[in-house]
Amino acid sequence: MPDLKKFITDFGWPRIIIFLFLVFLFIAAPFVNVRIDASIADVLNRFGQSAVLVLALVPMVQAGCGLNFGLPLGIIGGLIGATMSMQFGLVGFAGFFGAIALAAPFALAFGWGYGRLLNKVKGEEMTIAMYVGFASVMLMSIMWLILPYNSPKMVWGYAGKGLRTTISVEGYWSKILNDFLAVRIGKFFIFPTGLILFVCFCAFLMWLFLRTKTGTAMTAVGSNPDYARASGISVDKMRTISVMLSTLLGAVGIIVYEQSFGFIQLYDSPLFMGFPAVAALLIGGASVNKASMVNVLVGTILFQGLLTMTPSVINSLLQNDMSEVIRIMVSNGIILYALTRKTKVTK
Amino acid sequence: MSGKRSIGRFLRDNAVVLIFLAITVAAIKPSGYSLTYIGQEIITRLGRNSFLVLALLLPIFAGMGLNFGMTLGAMAGQIGLIFAVDWGVAGWRGLVFAVLIGVPISVFLGWVCGKVMNKAKGREMVTGYILAFFMDGVYQFFVLYMLGQAIPIRSSSILLSRGYGIRNTLNLQIVRQSLDTIVPLKIGPFVFPIVTFLVIAALCVFVVWFKKIKLGQDMRAVGNDIVVADAAGVPVERTRIIAIIISTVLACVGQVIFLQNMGTMATYSAHTQTGFFAVAAILVGGASVKRAGLPNVFIGVILLHALFVVSPMAGQRLFGSAMIGEYFRQFIGYGIIALSLVLYAWRARKEAAAARAQQREGESAPVNGGAA
Amino acid sequence: MGQESPLLSLEHVSKEFYGNRVLHDVCFELRKGEILGLVGENGAGKTTLMRILFGMPVIAETGGFGGRVCIDGQEMKFQSPFDALDAGIGMVHQEFSLIPGFTTTENIVLNRESMKANVLKYVFGERMSVLDRPEMRRRAERAIAKLDVKLDPDMLVSEMPVGHKQFTEIAREINREKTRILVLDEPTAVLTESEAEILLASLRKLAAQGIAIIFISHRLHEVVSVADRVVVLRDGGVVKDTPVTGVTVRDIASWMVGRDIATGRTEAVVDRSASPELLRVEGLWVDMPGERVRSVNLSVREGEIFGIGGLAGQGKLGIPNGIMGLHHAAGKVIVAGKEVPLNDPRAALLEGMAFVSEDRRGVGLLLDESLDWNIAFTAMQIQDRYLRKALGGLFRVRDEKAMRELAEEYIKLLEIKCTSHRQAAKELSGGNQQKICLAKAFAVRPRLLFVSEPTRGIDVGAKKLVLDTLHRYNREYGTTIVMVSSELEELRSICDRVAIVDEGRIAGILPPTAELAEFGFLMSGEAAAEAHGDKKEAARA
Repeated sequence: MPDLKKFITDFGWPRIIIFLFLVFLFIAAPFVNVRIDASIADVLNRFGQSAVLVLALVPMVQAGCGLNFGLPLGIIGGLIGATMSMQFGLVGFAGFFGAIALAAPFALAFGWGYGRLLNKVKGEEMTIAMYVGFASVMLMSIMWLILPYNSPKMVWGYAGKGLRTTISVEGYWSKILNDFLAVRIGKFFIFPTGLILFVCFCAFLMWLFLRTKTGTAMTAVGSNPDYARASGISVDKMRTISVMLSTLLGAVGIIVYEQSFGFIQLYDSPLFMGFPAVAALLIGGASVNKASMVNVLVGTILFQGLLTMTPSVINSLLQNDMSEVIRIMVSNGIILYALTRKTKVTK
Repeated sequence: MSGKRSIGRFLRDNAVVLIFLAITVAAIKPSGYSLTYIGQEIITRLGRNSFLVLALLLPIFAGMGLNFGMTLGAMAGQIGLIFAVDWGVAGWRGLVFAVLIGVPISVFLGWVCGKVMNKAKGREMVTGYILAFFMDGVYQFFVLYMLGQAIPIRSSSILLSRGYGIRNTLNLQIVRQSLDTIVPLKIGPFVFPIVTFLVIAALCVFVVWFKKIKLGQDMRAVGNDIVVADAAGVPVERTRIIAIIISTVLACVGQVIFLQNMGTMATYSAHTQTGFFAVAAILVGGASVKRAGLPNVFIGVILLHALFVVSPMAGQRLFGSAMIGEYFRQFIGYGIIALSLVLYAWRARKEAAAARAQQREGESAPVNGGAA
Repeated sequence: MGQESPLLSLEHVSKEFYGNRVLHDVCFELRKGEILGLVGENGAGKTTLMRILFGMPVIAETGGFGGRVCIDGQEMKFQSPFDALDAGIGMVHQEFSLIPGFTTTENIVLNRESMKANVLKYVFGERMSVLDRPEMRRRAERAIAKLDVKLDPDMLVSEMPVGHKQFTEIAREINREKTRILVLDEPTAVLTESEAEILLASLRKLAAQGIAIIFISHRLHEVVSVADRVVVLRDGGVVKDTPVTGVTVRDIASWMVGRDIATGRTEAVVDRSASPELLRVEGLWVDMPGERVRSVNLSVREGEIFGIGGLAGQGKLGIPNGIMGLHHAAGKVIVAGKEVPLNDPRAALLEGMAFVSEDRRGVGLLLDESLDWNIAFTAMQIQDRYLRKALGGLFRVRDEKAMRELAEEYIKLLEIKCTSHRQAAKELSGGNQQKICLAKAFAVRPRLLFVSEPTRGIDVGAKKLVLDTLHRYNREYGTTIVMVSSELEELRSICDRVAIVDEGRIAGILPPTAELAEFGFLMSGEAAAEAHGDKKEAARA
């Protein structure tokens, strides 16, 4: 009995509520004519396309830099890579990995600058991250209008200049991962093998990184910076590395998302993309300074499950479209919960 | 010699204001607007926005940073206006009606916000921001689903075609400009919304009086050093909640004033940018997370909105695209908030280091005089 | 003085924390207008006694206290500091409790501001009344006048020199009408000589006005100068309660440190003067708040166990913290002839120095991680050990197996009580946590090991084990050890030489077998004062 109680306090009531709610939704689904196999396929797809973005938050959390509300910076790096890849006409796997390769230098450069900035403002990182992210998105929006892209599939028709708001990747590298070794079961269910494999591979790399000498040092910095300093570690250097890694993964994450979703979204879209990722990570059990692979995977599945199932089931049940409202309350509610918990830094 | 240093310090302390002033002045000519036009716009916007920005002052006094949770008050004001329009209460009486409905809701929401922020000490700003998003969901639930169903709405003209839920755009014709035009005053080419200005002036008097009373002193103490205030017996938790409640109520009234000037209300998005604009204004006016005063409010509103008036046209003429002007305006808005926050945090750390250095110097002074 | 009952009396006060007896049978009295100097080494119980007197919640939370505290003959039971304040006890702590952005006046009347009468007050409550600033200023000026110092009532505290802050604190306490007893905890610790003089003069003036004062200080010459009586605490009990007339500083020092000579050394003292010099420190200056080092010169020989002692706040803890780069330092540190840069923890560690900090929980441990993590960490980061290749040599990852073996080796060696090598450090007791910190340092195989307060807060059995282990490492592996400790007995029991730090400088170095009184003399500051007096004489001549 005491073990159960401890499990509940550690796991947290909100997570339990969300889990039970999700189970309820799956049970109710067939009764409202929602196909379970289609739903599961949907959830898997959305899990795969978002997971890397959630993974991107982990380095900064571990290094004690807080929740990376500045993820838009990494996303911008990814957008640059993706658009350049399309401009150069790269298709298939070359297109996908080419996008990543082109995005990488930008993402690393942004991450380095952003990391240096955060080091100067230790303590107020989260708010500043948000606004640096927003300002960058706006600056980039100006860039999308004036950079010399000219591929006809990407620019506005009549002007011939300036990128469109939404660009389809169909014919280039749409669903390139999803379809790789995909397994079809019945009419409604396709298992996106390639996507899941890629996500697992990224998670595995991160897990490995956290066990290296540098990764170990990074975790120590987030756990107790004085301890890390006393052992000769440069706190600032570790933080900057974590930010660069986070930004790089943000870039990779958005490219993975785009190939699954089928579109590149520019201009305002990156503004609020960081929040669902943060919510997912927190649902998975992470705290403001500790996050693990389990948190990432469990959190993304729960969150995306909720996002997928709620509209279809609730709407059929209530004959009403409340999905947006529920989504807003759940994702922001969970972030609020995490922010108001006493940080478990035992002193 | 010291003159040079004080100029340097002046530049550093007022960096944000000066940068903004420079950009704005640079954009006036390319925009093609006349000074008269710009002047009138500024007068109008002063009347429209100042109240909202003033609402940010008390939480800053109390050390809770920029109250992004003021959006909650704005939502309450909007609900008040919905009912005013529904019940057909016209003119300034409609505004009073809206406020009467909005204030109790604001008090409750402010209390909730204060309680949540007390649990997240040190992270009030992010928490307020997220809470505003969360409440947006609650607001949508209320306005999109409850109104017209669980809560009866008289005039079906404001409902969506499906029969419940308020329309996306609410026409505020019946209360439009009712506060602004109670006493029409025209001096030269400029029209002044006198009564609105009087209301704002009354709030300023309130703020000044507030700093003089014990509650204001307690709030300053809590904002300065919460531990010491607590040890001295000041009820810190309560004081912080009171600050937020007052801020939320002021935001409610401020939003009503804002919307009556606009004349129409975008039911689901009018409040989303309220926090951003108010915060940007006060930061542009030279305030920081811990220090703000009346001059910051007004300087900020004038500068921020002057730029917002001229930049779309300037952007269009300079870059050949209105879109670029628009994005540029938003970039400056977000960028200035980021810059202010960074400058503040950076300066706070420098001051802490300087204080330590001062202590160091005080102590390595040689032991002079013998033992007693 | 007549037979009036004492203002304050402590009767048989005792306190224990989780079975650890910290105070026993403390009795003393305080009369109106009397200044009582309370002295004692760190750990003697002064802080606990003051916490009981001031009604701090931590006392009630840990089982209350035994005995009685009486004011004017009436027993007092304080539930919180506010009760103590109401009873007339004012306390000036070591860390200032002032609002930096407020003026002197505002701080003096904090939360007791004068207010103008107001109609609104009856409707909305007290806090709506306007402050009566002129009256506040008058009250502040009255308090300042009582102290007889020069304080600007309108200056912001953040802009004040340290000494003025101290006076503002005191003024705040005496501004309360009810204050009849004033307790000052190390008030002169941050003051210059001249400021301290002014403070002592104010205290005499306050006492003359009838306020009773308890003056806690390590600066014994000040105690002798200003107090009417001296109470010496040692190991939780009162060992001396005497009027000050005729008492010298040296007397007090001996009473503070004296113990029966029965606790002797078991090991013979080894003469290491022939060994080469391993560590040389020249003009070390360290900015560690509370433990400032002004100028320290040391020479430690290879293979010796070198002890550093001294009273709290005199700077002994600053020495290893400065050398190992944890706090800002200047000067020269030379290890085996090679100069080591300061303010760089990595450089110190790479030179073969290791440090077991006195701040076990803050600096020494990663509380949320497991034992094996904690023990292997420094060795991993500095010496690239406990890593193995993964993915065909592409990465180097933690070698969990080797880490486990390392942890188990030390669990056995140091008898660390835990459920397994995977247990989180925060779950262990203080003594076992200390053993982990030691293990972490030993794992690096240092040639020079600094240990700060190695046995603080751990039980007797563990104490012995820790000291024995240090001794064994020294004898078997030749590790040179520099041990900093508040417990003189511990230093005398295993060190080859003991240096005493006073006012941020080395007052002297003694063999462990020297007389206790000699140690007391060095600790009391008299040695420095005498030297100073000599200098003044020479200057005058």
